Amino acid sequence: MAKVPKPSELKLEHKFPETGWMDTPAVFSPGNFSYPGKAKNLKVLGLANPREWSPTDDDWKLPSDWKKILLEGLRERLDKYRSLKVFMDICVRCGACADKCHFYLGSGDPKNMPVLRAELLRSVYRKEFSLAGKLMGKMVGARDLTEDVVKEWFMYFFQCTECRRCSLFCPYGIDTAEFTIIGRELLNLIGCNIDWVVGPAANCYQTGNHLGIQPHAFKDMLEFFVDEIEAVNGIRIEPSFNRKGAEVLFVTPSGDVFADPGTYTLMGYLMLFHEIGLDYTWSTYASEGGNFGFFTSHEMMKRLNSKMYAEAKRLGVKYIIGGECGHMWRVVNQYMDTVNGPADFLEVPVSPITGTRFDNAASTKMIHIVEFTADLIRNGKLKLDASRNDNHIVTYHDSCNTARGMGFLDEPRYVLNSVCNNFHEMPPNTIREQTFCCGSGSGLNNDEFMEMRMRGGLPRANAVRHVHDKFGVNTLSCICAIDRAVLPTLMNYWVPDVSVYGLHELVGNAMVMEGETERTTDLRGEPLPGMEDNENEDI
Amino acid sequence: MGIKLSLAAVLGLVLAAYIGVTAAGLYHFFGVSLPYLAISLFLGGVVYRVLKWARAPVPFRIPTTAGQEKSMPWVKHSRFDNPSTKGETVVRMLLEVFLFRSLFRNTKFEIEKGPRIFYQWEKWLWLAGLAFHYCFLVILIRHLRFFTEPVPFFVQGIEKLDGFFQVGLPGIYVTDGIFMLAVTYLIIRRLIIPQVRYISLPQDYFPLFLLFAIGTTGILTRYVIKVDLIKVKTLAMGLISFHPVVPAGIGAIFFIHLALVSTLFAYFPFSKLMHAGGIFLSPTRNLPNDSRMRRHINPWNYPVKVHTYAQYEDHFREKMVEAGLPVEKELEQAPPVAGKP
Repeated sequence: MAKVPKPSELKLEHKFPETGWMDTPAVFSPGNFSYPGKAKNLKVLGLANPREWSPTDDDWKLPSDWKKILLEGLRERLDKYRSLKVFMDICVRCGACADKCHFYLGSGDPKNMPVLRAELLRSVYRKEFSLAGKLMGKMVGARDLTEDVVKEWFMYFFQCTECRRCSLFCPYGIDTAEFTIIGRELLNLIGCNIDWVVGPAANCYQTGNHLGIQPHAFKDMLEFFVDEIEAVNGIRIEPSFNRKGAEVLFVTPSGDVFADPGTYTLMGYLMLFHEIGLDYTWSTYASEGGNFGFFTSHEMMKRLNSKMYAEAKRLGVKYIIGGECGHMWRVVNQYMDTVNGPADFLEVPVSPITGTRFDNAASTKMIHIVEFTADLIRNGKLKLDASRNDNHIVTYHDSCNTARGMGFLDEPRYVLNSVCNNFHEMPPNTIREQTFCCGSGSGLNNDEFMEMRMRGGLPRANAVRHVHDKFGVNTLSCICAIDRAVLPTLMNYWVPDVSVYGLHELVGNAMVMEGETERTTDLRGEPLPGMEDNENEDI
Repeated sequence: MGIKLSLAAVLGLVLAAYIGVTAAGLYHFFGVSLPYLAISLFLGGVVYRVLKWARAPVPFRIPTTAGQEKSMPWVKHSRFDNPSTKGETVVRMLLEVFLFRSLFRNTKFEIEKGPRIFYQWEKWLWLAGLAFHYCFLVILIRHLRFFTEPVPFFVQGIEKLDGFFQVGLPGIYVTDGIFMLAVTYLIIRRLIIPQVRYISLPQDYFPLFLLFAIGTTGILTRYVIKVDLIKVKTLAMGLISFHPVVPAGIGAIFFIHLALVSTLFAYFPFSKLMHAGGIFLSPTRNLPNDSRMRRHINPWNYPVKVHTYAQYEDHFREKMVEAGLPVEKELEQAPPVAGKP
């Protein structure tokens, strides 16, 4: 694995090569690409061309008719997606998107300008699907599809996190994520994928979640958190699993079950549901909220997502609550009902505690835990002691997907402001719909890609550093499992004094529960403000 | 290469028209055939392109949400940046089409040692783009004077407004000046902003040079090498009534102008200039963000291979039973799992 240069050693220049972009080949070097998908994972999912290979090899062992497969695939998708077809034709190359991409800002590589990322595919489209391109070729920005082009696609469609920040600034709404999603779909047709995507997808398909946690282990892990909570506040929570007849099915990314600090967020969920006495169940079958299938193809997204409705139907619940996750919520909001609906066996979600009917989810029948909690707080159903979070000077990172694929902006802020007293926003053009990606989304949160992740995360970290220097911010809160997995590394690299917290961890800290013992620590076992002296008493 | 090529193409067009009428006397071709051909290509091409786009379905509802979604009643909804109804979406589209809402968000990055990144105010592209498009529209409307008799009131009104700062005769139109400034700005930024220069293709320079030449020749015919406007109107009225006549004695500069305009029209549907139509069909802008409220139908949605709960339970039944997890089929009644004794 590549050694990541220190922040002070990181070279960052926004220069342009002497050669035009078509004559500048993609160079794979340690830290700028992800390892290829393993054959065994491709086989589980029934994906094309399973084999052992590496992007640094000259021969990628493509199928003999790879070119035909790709062009047929492109033709088919042009007929199926108006987005792709229109976006192929209407770009005027005004350059408004160029410096909006975190990977361009952090790497200086011109092919990370969204417009050029799209041109990688557009140039082939011109050659194959337009008369001018056929006749005049390079003169009109058209080029042949060669193996080098495939390699370039692989490089840059896996250097895009599908965050859609560019699409916000584009005067025509051209969405580079559509190029990346469909570009990856095409690459999958000839067996070019990354293992950090197909590995989790294969796990999710067979075992129910990205991390491959088997049912008994899933239960064990949750019971471990139950013990942890009991140690903090003396309350014994008894979650149920795969229980028929529960009112609500709860689904969250498995990352929250597996690793800190997501686990603390999950403890927050457990505490909240216990406190309000929600009749809900976990599922070990639908034990994944996230969807790495979405980073493979639209079809794989549908295959993995299908479990949520299937399980809700089998268990006979009334509706589904989803945990804190970014791309999960883009899929739930913009795709799920279309691909796997109609969910006519479910009911429009109604909070059993407040009676609020969530008409904004009238068709999907799935609500976000943060809107559920916001409604509880609004109706005064939670007893909160925000001062328990007084040692946190908090800022909030909007996840790309919930921000630009949903518009879920003020609900989390409302909850945040109810559970902590010191909140500061980052600068306006780095938050809300203009938020910057963590740099590791869409399946790129692997270790071998670390240098690019730190580069891509620079704009986000830069904004955190700003509020850290200005207001002393020490806590970066978020509502996304990938954020929780990757932002600690990013902060450690660029702004070492800032820690990462899921929103419901802060809720769990602030919530005063019925019958709790006196709390001296937060969910991490660190002393609450004012309790620092008690720290060593237990020992 | 793109710059020289595009410049050469436009100069070639100018020269061809000049020689065509002055040396070869192709008045009918440049005055009648070419405009008719151009307008046919324009109309046919635009219809063809829009239909081609519209034929492709919209499988998913993928608006780029640019503000707070419609949520609970007490959460302030950003209606026009994140519309949830058709009506709100129409307003979003109007803001996009008439005010270039998205481009208005534009910023420019600066990087300092550290590295520290800053985002600067940058509305020039928005301003020049808006100025260019509106001036173009006004100029187009003013030209209706040549195709109508009597000249409609709104054309006269616009002329009056446009010629507000009258200095001498003929009155100077404000839009002519702004149009030329805006086009010049768009050319210069393409040449000097390194990012934009690196991505520019010949088809990005060509329309700008063409528009610059159209503006220049138009201004020349009006203010410098004046042509007989009565005769121009006779020609225009002939074209529009399908009884084309080419009156003798219209200066060559007019035919150059007309040839360039014809080129623009003919070129339009086959180029990026179709962004004008494409914006209306852009799925990230023209759809409400309502796919949790109302089901969006994908016409080609198809069944996929899934891993069912039954398969999952068959795989893990023993472990599930052992862990006390409920199962559909108890161990003894389940068929033996393949590969297990």
